Amino acid sequence: MSDKINLKIDNIAVSIHSGATILEAARKVNIRIPTLCYHEDLCVAGNCRVCVVEQSGSDRLLPSCAMPVAEGMEIHTNSMKVRSARKQIIELLVSEHRADCTRCYKNGKCELQELASEYIIGDNGFIDLVAHKGYTIDNFSPSIIKDDSKCIRCQRCVRTCDQLQSISALTVAHKGEDMKISSFFDKPMFEVVCTNCGQCVNRCPTGALTEKTYLDEVWSALNAEHKHVVVQTAPAVRIALGEALGMPPGEIVTGKMVTALRRLGFSSVLDTDFTADLTIIEEGNELLQRLKKVVKEKDTSVRLPMTTSCSPGWVKFIEHAFPELLPNVSTAKSPQQMFGALAKTYYAQKIGVDPKDMVSVSVMPCTAKKYEADRPEMRSSGYKDVDYVLTTRELALMIKQAGIDFASLPDDEYDSIMGESSGAAVIFGATGGVMEAALRTAYELVTGREVPFNGLNITPVRGMESIREATIKMEKVLPEWDFLEGVELKTCVAHGLSNAKHVMEAVRDGKAEYHFIEIMACPGGCLGGGGQPIPTSPEIRKKRSEAIYREDALKPIRKSHENPEVMHLYEAFLKAPLGKKSHELLHTHYTERNRY
Amino acid sequence: MKKNLQRLDLIFKNEHDTEVILRKTIGRKCDDVINDLISSGLKGRGGAGFPTGLKWKLAAEANQPDKFVICNADEGEPGTFKDREILSSVPHKVLTGMAVCAHIIGAKKGFIYLRGEYKFLKPSLQKVIDDFHVLLDDLKIDLRVAIFLGSGAYICGEESALFESMEGKRGEPRNKPPFPTDFGYKGQPTVINNVETLAHTYSILKYGPDKFKDLGVQDSRGSKVFSVSGDTPIPGIYELEFGMSLQKFVDDFGDGDSKAVQVGGASGFCVPRKKFEKTIIGYQGKLRGTSLPTGGSMMIFNSSRSMYNVLHNYLDFFVEESCGQCTPCRVGTQQLLLGIQAVKKGEQPSSYLDRLLDLAEAMRVTAKCGLGQSVANSFSSIVENFREEMIY
Repeated sequence: MSDKINLKIDNIAVSIHSGATILEAARKVNIRIPTLCYHEDLCVAGNCRVCVVEQSGSDRLLPSCAMPVAEGMEIHTNSMKVRSARKQIIELLVSEHRADCTRCYKNGKCELQELASEYIIGDNGFIDLVAHKGYTIDNFSPSIIKDDSKCIRCQRCVRTCDQLQSISALTVAHKGEDMKISSFFDKPMFEVVCTNCGQCVNRCPTGALTEKTYLDEVWSALNAEHKHVVVQTAPAVRIALGEALGMPPGEIVTGKMVTALRRLGFSSVLDTDFTADLTIIEEGNELLQRLKKVVKEKDTSVRLPMTTSCSPGWVKFIEHAFPELLPNVSTAKSPQQMFGALAKTYYAQKIGVDPKDMVSVSVMPCTAKKYEADRPEMRSSGYKDVDYVLTTRELALMIKQAGIDFASLPDDEYDSIMGESSGAAVIFGATGGVMEAALRTAYELVTGREVPFNGLNITPVRGMESIREATIKMEKVLPEWDFLEGVELKTCVAHGLSNAKHVMEAVRDGKAEYHFIEIMACPGGCLGGGGQPIPTSPEIRKKRSEAIYREDALKPIRKSHENPEVMHLYEAFLKAPLGKKSHELLHTHYTERNRY
Repeated sequence: MKKNLQRLDLIFKNEHDTEVILRKTIGRKCDDVINDLISSGLKGRGGAGFPTGLKWKLAAEANQPDKFVICNADEGEPGTFKDREILSSVPHKVLTGMAVCAHIIGAKKGFIYLRGEYKFLKPSLQKVIDDFHVLLDDLKIDLRVAIFLGSGAYICGEESALFESMEGKRGEPRNKPPFPTDFGYKGQPTVINNVETLAHTYSILKYGPDKFKDLGVQDSRGSKVFSVSGDTPIPGIYELEFGMSLQKFVDDFGDGDSKAVQVGGASGFCVPRKKFEKTIIGYQGKLRGTSLPTGGSMMIFNSSRSMYNVLHNYLDFFVEESCGQCTPCRVGTQQLLLGIQAVKKGEQPSSYLDRLLDLAEAMRVTAKCGLGQSVANSFSSIVENFREEMIY
């Protein structure tokens, strides 16, 4: 396709491929056209009309995001007609938006606010529509707050929920003045199929969809006497936190983050990566046990393929959408919840703290983790295993509130016994990472040799392709695993629930012969999680992914089963993978949920 | 003696030549039939006025195997009720037009998108379709026509929203391009024509393009069915020749005290008495000014009517019937309504009307579809011509 279209935008000549939009052509020559409903991850809606431009000879203005370029077009992005129309559209949006900016969680990070300040929306705006309508705020969900009074109906969230995630918890209801973003029968978010993935929060231009924050609770715990506050940080936080603190995407800030957490007053600064390694041991052994029962013992009660269980958005999705496949989900808890259960048992004993005086906080790239921590079964320690979950964004806010100059912080190391981790744990933050980590361990367990990939880098499972497949042949296995000799272990990796749905439909219909499937609810895996810094885009996620694999390569230990603190945990406390204590603390069960 | 407007009897003429027309047409070259339609000057009778022959030509040239022909019977414009009458009394003419269109573009499936409120028409229409299918089989024309019942949203009369509605989605207009002749129902090339347009093709195919072209004026050929309502002693449906002046129309249909005529329904223009003489009904020339297109709704208001109430009524309608998708239409309609209320109550100065006129203009040039774009038609024409009625 070499046919190029030539046009002029603001008198600058542009040559671009046929089918491109005016917006794309303008960006090519660094002309910024403001947008609101447009998002790189989503299909074009063309409904906010902020991006309108003028074409010479045309009476009506054109939506640049939706209008394909044509030969000889003369486009003006800043004519009086455009400026007047655009300003009025922004004024209209402000009139239906509860503009109490100084009290808004998104103050300073709101795209509508930015446009309003750029176009100087003064006092003589249109009549305030919010006052005419009785809005309620849905804050029943542990993860997400939906405030319709701040909604500008751009439908980014609806497109996210439908196209990226195949959930459609959020949908458009009613028409005209009553048109709103709603759910099934307008039920609160926690009663419907919402997986709490937070991808809508990542894409909402205003404060209509935000995460529920637990900053006050965490500050109170930090300032309470006799409270021992432990914090764990997920793999994907360390490569994205910098973005929320003024750094470019793709910076590894692990050491600075640890220093910042100490300065904030956390008593123990520990690492979710530690339990990511632990997850690999438990989940890897579970996979091998399932293979043994199915392949060797012909046990028909055991299900393959086994899917991962570390993404709580994915877990809730399958509970709603494919309840018949719940026996396929690994019973291993996610690293966050394994950590929580161990913090108030193993770790509390080790450091001599009464678990009732311990507050367990986690920092996650995820909004669904807030929900996961609230699940009633997540109380294996006898207490709520994880008390409060903060997103990457909330941690950045705490650091700002504390007046810490993040960029200038020295590096520091995690506290020990639950702070050591391997490179395999770090890559949990990227799609394909759990698969790669599991294969590094499982292959070696079965054959006694390292996976046959250069530098342990299992590249076929890496990347941003929506669904990826890889096969590893088990050869010269150890005697204990003789039934796996010559078996080709078939794996599949999918990220984003829309892709997950395709894979699980194939599994349900018996059309997929996989043994092991990794699924992450969010595009790109946790690095593109709903709790990560805003904005998100394919480019930003690529940079975060590169940082994750850089961090992996730098680690002296690359395989989960070689993590010395994990080995010590088994010796001193758990005894054996899938053992009695493991079952009590590290494994869980699932619940069939409604379909709406 | 008043000279009456020439009333015509083409559309509703009791004639049954479907079989003759179909036999004749399927024996002709498709290009010749298309050229007949183009030379007849027939334009879409839904109000937008796109040349019908050209529309068929574009769909015929599209290169997909599946194509559709759809009759738009979602007659929702306030003040129009002519399609209902056409479907009641001469449905076979509409079906004939659909069959010819299907034959020319290569469609095997046709739909009549019937307005939800016209559900009562469905049984009789279905019976006509069933009989028509027998004829099609005899003639070996591979076409099946089905009725799709709408659910009452005004916006679903907009062609791309209509497709969305038929596909089981929310009735929301799509971005254009692509246009229906490339990407219509189910993403396939589709011809969508108004009921009356299809009925006119029957006459053109029967009598030839010249007969049709002899009627009307340049750019507005043929006759048009009008729905006449309001302050008139003789409300009803009338087929009239295109190109009449509004003065002549009012002379015939008014009650002697006509102060304004709303041409084209809520989305059309309001013409005050002083402009009756120089206003021509037709597609000719610029939209604003002396020539007005219409889907056929003619509402006459006499001096007892408050134009504030008329406008308020239209805005109430738009506030409810906007699909809510695009900003200018969803929010703009609400602001126009609240705005005239505020001016009337004295909460805003009369100069706020100018602000609202600017807003209406912005809506006209930025809204996604014809609904939002045409709110300015009635708003601006009423506010500009009856400003004092808005204030006092």
